This record gives sequence, C-alpha cells and structure tokens, in this order.
Amino acid sequence: MTVPNLTQRGVRRPPPPSRWWRTRRWPSGKAPSQRSGARIPLALLLPAVVGIAFLVLPMVGLLIRAPWSELLVRLAEPEVGQALRLSLITATLATLVSMVFGIPIAWVLARSAVRGRSILRALVTVPLVLPPVVGGVALFLVLGRRGILGSWLYETFGFSLPFTTAAVVIAETFVAMPFLVISVEGALRAADARFEDAAATLGANGWSTFRRVTLPLVAPGIAAGAVLCWARALGEFGATITFAGNFPGTTQTMPLAVYLALQNDPEAAIVLSLVLLAVSLATLTLLRERWLTRS
Amino acid sequence: MRAAREPKLRSAANGRAMALPLKPRQLLALLAVALLGLTACGGGDQAGSDSSGDERSAGSSESPLSGALTVFAAASLTDVFSELGDAFMADNPDVDVTFNFGPSSGLATQINQGAPADVFASANSSQMTVVTQAGSAEGEPTIFTENVLQIAVPAGNPAGITGLSDFANADLTLAICTPEVPCGAAAETVFAAAGITPSVDSLEEDVRAALTKVELGEVDAALVYVTDVLAAGDKVEGIDFPETEEEVNSYPIVALTAAPNPDTATAWVEFVLSDVGAAALEGAGFRTP
Repeated sequence: MTVPNLTQRGVRRPPPPSRWWRTRRWPSGKAPSQRSGARIPLALLLPAVVGIAFLVLPMVGLLIRAPWSELLVRLAEPEVGQALRLSLITATLATLVSMVFGIPIAWVLARSAVRGRSILRALVTVPLVLPPVVGGVALFLVLGRRGILGSWLYETFGFSLPFTTAAVVIAETFVAMPFLVISVEGALRAADARFEDAAATLGANGWSTFRRVTLPLVAPGIAAGAVLCWARALGEFGATITFAGNFPGTTQTMPLAVYLALQNDPEAAIVLSLVLLAVSLATLTLLRERWLTRS
Repeated sequence: MRAAREPKLRSAANGRAMALPLKPRQLLALLAVALLGLTACGGGDQAGSDSSGDERSAGSSESPLSGALTVFAAASLTDVFSELGDAFMADNPDVDVTFNFGPSSGLATQINQGAPADVFASANSSQMTVVTQAGSAEGEPTIFTENVLQIAVPAGNPAGITGLSDFANADLTLAICTPEVPCGAAAETVFAAAGITPSVDSLEEDVRAALTKVELGEVDAALVYVTDVLAAGDKVEGIDFPETEEEVNSYPIVALTAAPNPDTATAWVEFVLSDVGAAALEGAGFRTP
C-alpha cells in the first residue's frame, strides 16, 4: 500500500527503498488508523491535550527564549562539544553495561523461581525512588577510595574511581539500569513461554534457549528499555555530580554544564539545554523509527 | 505484625477471606518502597514548605511579627543561620522561618525569577549586585560579615598537605569550587595571587559539596571557607595559607522587594546585624567587618 501503483501509466519503477521518513506517507495522505476513524472520546481527549501541553510547553519556552543569534557562537565553544561528546559516550556505555547486567536480572525476575523475587524486584528498582544525589553518596560509601569495596581497590591497585570518566558511567548505570530491567521484565512476561518450552523439548539447553529463542522474542522490549535507559543516563545529574565530581573533559557532562551555566549565565544554560534536547530528540526518533517499528 | 493484621480486617469487611489482594511479603515490599518515596520527598528544598506559616498568624498576638519568613542564604551560612533561625523563632513564636541554602549565584537567579523569598544573604557582592540591578532588593544591602578561604583536609591529613602549592600536584586528588560560584571565584583570585596553576580533579558546584568530599575522605584537600572547616568538626582539619588574605569575601544581606512578609524580613535583617547575630557569626568563624 505504501508503494504507489505506477504500472498503469506504463512506467515500471522499483519500489522506493524503505526509509523511515517515508513509512508514514500514505497515498491518501492519511494513515490507516485515521481512516478507520476511531473517534477519541472527549473524556480521553481533554486530559490528553492538557497533558501534551504540559509536557511540550516548557520546551516551547526554551525555544522562545533561546538567544538564537548566539547559538552558533556557543556551539563552536570547545567546552560545549567536549561536554556533549562525553555525555553521548558515557550514556551509551552506561546503556551497554545496563544491558549486560540488566537483561539477566530481568530474566531472573520474570522466569526463575527464586524465592523472594518480589523483594528482589523492589531492591532492584530502589534507584528509581532514591534521589540521585543520595545514590551518589551511596556509591561513595561502596566504591569511593574509603568505601567498602573501593578502599580495597585503592590499597591493592592504587586506583580510585571517583572523579574519573568511569565514575560517570557507574553513576549513570546506577540510575538508569532499573528502567531497562523493568522494560525487559515486562516484555519477558508478555512473551509466550511455550516457545521456550518447545525449544527445551527439542533438546536446547537453558543458555541456547535464552540466546536463540527468548532474546529474539523480546528484542523489541530490550530495544525500548535500552532507549529509555540511554535517555535517562543522558540526563543524569545528581549522582554524577556527587560521585564523579565536575571537571571539563573528564566528568562534566551536558546536564552538569547546563546547571553550572545557570549559576551566572542563564542564556548559555538555555543554549546548552537546546543542544542536549536536539541531540536526544534526534537520536530517540531515529532509533524509534528504525529499530522499534520494524519489529 | 501490622502486615498480618491488615488482611484480617479486610476479610471481615468484605466477607471473603480468600480475596487478599496482596501477600504479606508483597505488602512489606510495597511499604518499604512507599517509605523510601516519603524520605525522598522530605529531602527537597525547604523553600517549598513555607506555606504552613500563614495559618499561624491567626493565633496569639503577643508578638507583632507573624507568618512565614523565607530566607535565601549562601550555602556557607547553613549552620549559623539555622541556629539564628531557632533563636529568632524563640523570640517571635508566631514566625516560622524557613531557609533555602544554596550557591549564592543560583539563589540570585531564583530570586530574579520570582522565587517567594523575603531576605537574601549572599556570599559575595557580585551575586548581590545581580539581585539589586534587577530591582529585586528593597534598599541598599548591608555587609554583615566576612569570610576567607582555608585548605580543608581529612582528619590526620593523610596526604601531608602543607600549603597552597600542593594544589599544583597532579598526583593528589583535589577539589575546589567551580568559578561560577563565590568560593570558586575566590579560589581563582587566590591562585592567581600565589602564581599557582592548580591541577584539580573536580570543580564542585558549591562549597558544601567540596567540604563533603573532604569529610568522606575522597579528596586529599579542598579549598573551602574557614567557617566550613569549623562547621565540619573533627572530620576535617584546616590549614592556613598566607595568600588567603588576597580575597576576603564580604557577605551582604538585604530584604527583598517582593517579600511576602516585609516587616518580618526587615526584623530578620536587623536581627542578623544585631549583637546576637554578630556573636553567632563570630562563634562560627566568620570575621566582623
């Protein structure tokens, strides 16, 4: 249906390549869901409109108040590029770390028969309710050079985690991983476990069932969780500034740069916010279209 | 015990013993999460909790001052102002003083954005100027105290810091305040005067954040105010250095134009400038101007 039928005019063309910006173009100009014409009940429409306005207006405020003339000058400042690059790298690393550890956690929560799973789930999601600054202090107490594990690390290898880029990744992972765990656990619960049973009856062991059956089955859920996790890591502030400190190039991510700019140069803070907003929106839209809608 | 009792009450109410929505353990987990949530809310800034004071104004009329008073004050004033606040409320039982402590620069921005503050006490004159130039101040600010920087090290000085020159040592873990806030601006001046290029690991967002990292022993040294070292007690030691006199921070205080409670605001400024205020400030290590 997306491919216009041009053979009538005698012109034979290959179908256009499937590109994300084209997937929403329909011959009639309307998407099928609109044409099927489910009217939105007023009781849903009103709160939805108010909710959208509430979420979007602050961003509109940023756009209106932005010192556009200064934008390019600011963008050219090396500190901005530095902070942006650091943010993107650390958020991506934090997402990868979260996937390595978070997907197994989600599997244990959704599939295993371990006792006390509900308590485990509550514990794993604690970072969601913990103020991030408290999370940062807690990380100090465990991983700081006088912390429970960190002191051993410091005395044995002379290595201290706080104030390093690794500390930024750790702080972001601590705050963002629960988002991934919750998404993947939900996907696992919704997935049909009978496929896994079938694989098991065909002789697949636990690990290969997980790798060949479960993972492909919940891939969209993992993708959604990873995107959420990445977005949260990108915006992380409290745990980062507490545990990793703030130094340009090593630990100063965009949210930290925005906060500090706000101290004496609100306009610079707006510009920095816009940059972060644009980059995150672009990435998320691209990922969503490319990654999520396909499956 | 409570978790065990609740299901019983519920089953008596709807007559169905089997229809328990939650197992005790789940209930416990929920309670734990709810508790965490509550403590999380309690940690927010204090400026938001000032609305309760208005109701008290209808009470006794022994003191002419009443209502809520919101004071925005530099982070370095945290301990001494909290103490003075208790004394002020003891004198004026109908007044409810709440504080918003933070970096002066951030407070100045909040005030100019219309934060409901009665009084502003800044850690330096430049951030006060931000407020006066925006027309947010009622009258001229008064300098009420002075403060200087000191090197703070963890108890016992494990890294053997001796003076300001140690801040150039890349092998040490060091913190100063970010240049955007007063203690960071002061640090820059001091380093420039001493001809030292500091090699620090973190530019902290305010002076208390820098101090916390010394208290936790995560940095070998930080530049903070002499008053912060005093407030930290046994966990932190102070080391004097001669260049500190290059930058003496003056603290101005002023009542604000948009003060919801102007009379009490003026009274608070007078209280801070009084002998009682001066004594408390001196006890906390501040200098008399």
